Amino acid sequence: MDAVLLSRIQFAMTALFHFIFVPLTLGLVILVAIMETLYVVKNDEIYLRMTKFFGKLFLINFALGLVTGLTLEFQFGMNWARYSKFVGDIFGPPLAIEATVAFFLESTFLGVWIFGWKKLSKKMHVISIWLVAFGTNISALWILIANAWMQHPVGYVIKNGKAEIVNFLTVATQPFAILEFVHTITAAYVLGAFFVMGVSAYHLLKKNETELFKKAFSIAAKFAVFASLAVFITGDLHAAEVAKTQPTKLAAMESVWETQKAAPMYLFVVPDPKHEKNSVELLGIPKMLSILAYHDPNATVKGLKDFPKNDRPPVMATFVSFRTMVALGTLFIVLAFLAYFYAKKNSLLDKKWFLKLMLFAIPLPYLAIELGWVVAEVGRQPWIVYGLMRTADATSTAVTVQQIVMSLIGFVALYGTLGIIDIYLLIKYAKQGPEPKTAESGGY
Amino acid sequence: MLNTIWFAIWGLLWAVYFMLDGFDFGAGILHPFVAKNDTERRMVINTLGPVWDGNEVWLVTAGGVTFAAFPTTYAYMFSYLYTPLFFILFSLILRGVSFEFRGKIHSQSWAKFWDFIIFVFSFVPALLFGVAFGNIFEGLPMDAAGYHGTLFSLLNPYGLLTGVLFVLLFIEHGALWLSIKASGNVAERSKAIASKIWILLLIVAVLFLVYTKFATSLYDNYFSNPVWFIVPALAVASLLSIRFFIKTSSYVKAFFASCLTILSIVFTGIVGLYPNLIPSSIDKAYSLTAFNSASGPYTLKLMLIVAVIFVPIVIAYQIWTYKVFSKPITEEDIHDKEVESY
Repeated sequence: MDAVLLSRIQFAMTALFHFIFVPLTLGLVILVAIMETLYVVKNDEIYLRMTKFFGKLFLINFALGLVTGLTLEFQFGMNWARYSKFVGDIFGPPLAIEATVAFFLESTFLGVWIFGWKKLSKKMHVISIWLVAFGTNISALWILIANAWMQHPVGYVIKNGKAEIVNFLTVATQPFAILEFVHTITAAYVLGAFFVMGVSAYHLLKKNETELFKKAFSIAAKFAVFASLAVFITGDLHAAEVAKTQPTKLAAMESVWETQKAAPMYLFVVPDPKHEKNSVELLGIPKMLSILAYHDPNATVKGLKDFPKNDRPPVMATFVSFRTMVALGTLFIVLAFLAYFYAKKNSLLDKKWFLKLMLFAIPLPYLAIELGWVVAEVGRQPWIVYGLMRTADATSTAVTVQQIVMSLIGFVALYGTLGIIDIYLLIKYAKQGPEPKTAESGGY
Repeated sequence: MLNTIWFAIWGLLWAVYFMLDGFDFGAGILHPFVAKNDTERRMVINTLGPVWDGNEVWLVTAGGVTFAAFPTTYAYMFSYLYTPLFFILFSLILRGVSFEFRGKIHSQSWAKFWDFIIFVFSFVPALLFGVAFGNIFEGLPMDAAGYHGTLFSLLNPYGLLTGVLFVLLFIEHGALWLSIKASGNVAERSKAIASKIWILLLIVAVLFLVYTKFATSLYDNYFSNPVWFIVPALAVASLLSIRFFIKTSSYVKAFFASCLTILSIVFTGIVGLYPNLIPSSIDKAYSLTAFNSASGPYTLKLMLIVAVIFVPIVIAYQIWTYKVFSKPITEEDIHDKEVESY
């Protein structure tokens, strides 16, 4: 194996692992903040116990999100030195700004929130969690601005063999960045909402603390309706932006080989990348792909065959990930609406099948989110910066294959172990339920 | 000018990071020695609880700023020092989760296991950061063909001495932190250790300042512009004042003196390095400087605006945090169900 492949495996592994924990952090923190706000406004202890219960799950999850983020930041220099040198001028600022403007905020106020129950006024305490929520969301914004530049480089010139920034505002506000951000963040909200609903469903099935968990479920269900619709709409807009800026990715997402006007969309497709065609195309909807991609029924969709072979992304992985993600996204809307109606009619406890379904649905938003990243990152290949720098030209020249193998084994072992412990703890504490009423302010 | 300002900020971020995470590392290394039972260990960990992750963000910022302001240095520094950096990351990850995991399962052996992890992986990054910075002070063997060093060439006497210096600085720093933030036996034992380690620290610090003359060219800047000698002089003065404050039992002052010691020792190196971020030890033409490895003026200006606006805000709310949690942790706090603890 060569250094490029190994570095890619390492980056994919560490990024996907980081992204198991970060979306829950992003989504759950808002729900916890809402719960605590309800406590402060309504002054009802049940919301305090709810806040503490989900807050604890949030914290167990947060720790791993935080520490695995370190790896990602340093890996750019460690494994992708030529990339870092080439784009540092333009890719570094969002990362540095993220740390200064957002990461400090979330980490500092999280400490305040955990340990400040007795040291702060109720108001200041709930403000702390909102500052954490604000920090995590702004964090994501800057990271995705940086990623969006890799997807669609703007606002730069090439000088002395390096990309130099000419207009930062263009970089920070380009539609690709905004859409990628909103799509990712709303996906994280879906995950947070489904997590809270799933955990609540477990306890409702056990008839444990039904009052508390019905309320929690209902808060999350409303949030899920909003988030699942938002993620779908922004997904559509984002895909249209991809069509405009990354035609090879779009073609791979849909497995389109031939360029065609008024392109149909087939509901069932089996790609055959070897022969540059699809071996099965069934249930076509006329003009649908042109509509989805360009919001114009007669638009031309470029096929993969129109691009040189060495500029095409891996079709199978991109296509399957995209299709599955979209299918899951649709499912989330259905489940969110059902959850909302059952919660509103107060009939959750009678709908055992639905509660079970929601419990087993917990992993699905995770899957959808990880697949989303596969679409974004695999679909961008063979480019590290789309159209500008190839992944193969981006690695560190000073790092040997042995060094990467060593670190890769180290990360797999470390992440594997920590992941298992963390998920074990999450399940343990989720099952345990909230602290009993008599010790409602019990310690962490 | 912009490049010089960013060089100074770059140095400052690393120095502040060491000043803050330094007492975390120190307390982590010390906890098996100053805490004899589970309550006392939790007391040590709880002194760090509200602040350690805020401290660690200074590392993220130092890394991010290196990337943004000096991308070529970022690229070379991190790929040349790949293996030590991997060990640092590995350690920081394990240490970070250990605070969270330790109290989550109520079992003696579980807690003991994470105590061991906290000890080892506070020591390892403290040492390795020192080794890395020692090697940066010396310069790395790099020329047109790239980097010629290995993991073992990094473990040279000067690099190791700097590593030991960092470890001792952090132990002293952590001991003083626990002297003021813990209470009872833990605070008493920490005070005793602070007093004992100080002598060792003084010896190693003097050795370091002398050896620096022979192993590096850091002093060139000082001889060409002697006014800068004020920085190492400050390091020596603050180091000596730690002793004075310990003698007079003014541990808060001793802790601030220790903060100043760390800042001025790191800056002794930074001033000596200028304009190099990483000098080449074999061919000066290939040194990475604040000029040849920097981003364009647009990026530097933009980042300066961000820094000028936001860094004071960050410092303000972090100081506020330290104030909110300024009261020492007591045994009662650990057992009080009303107070959060690890």
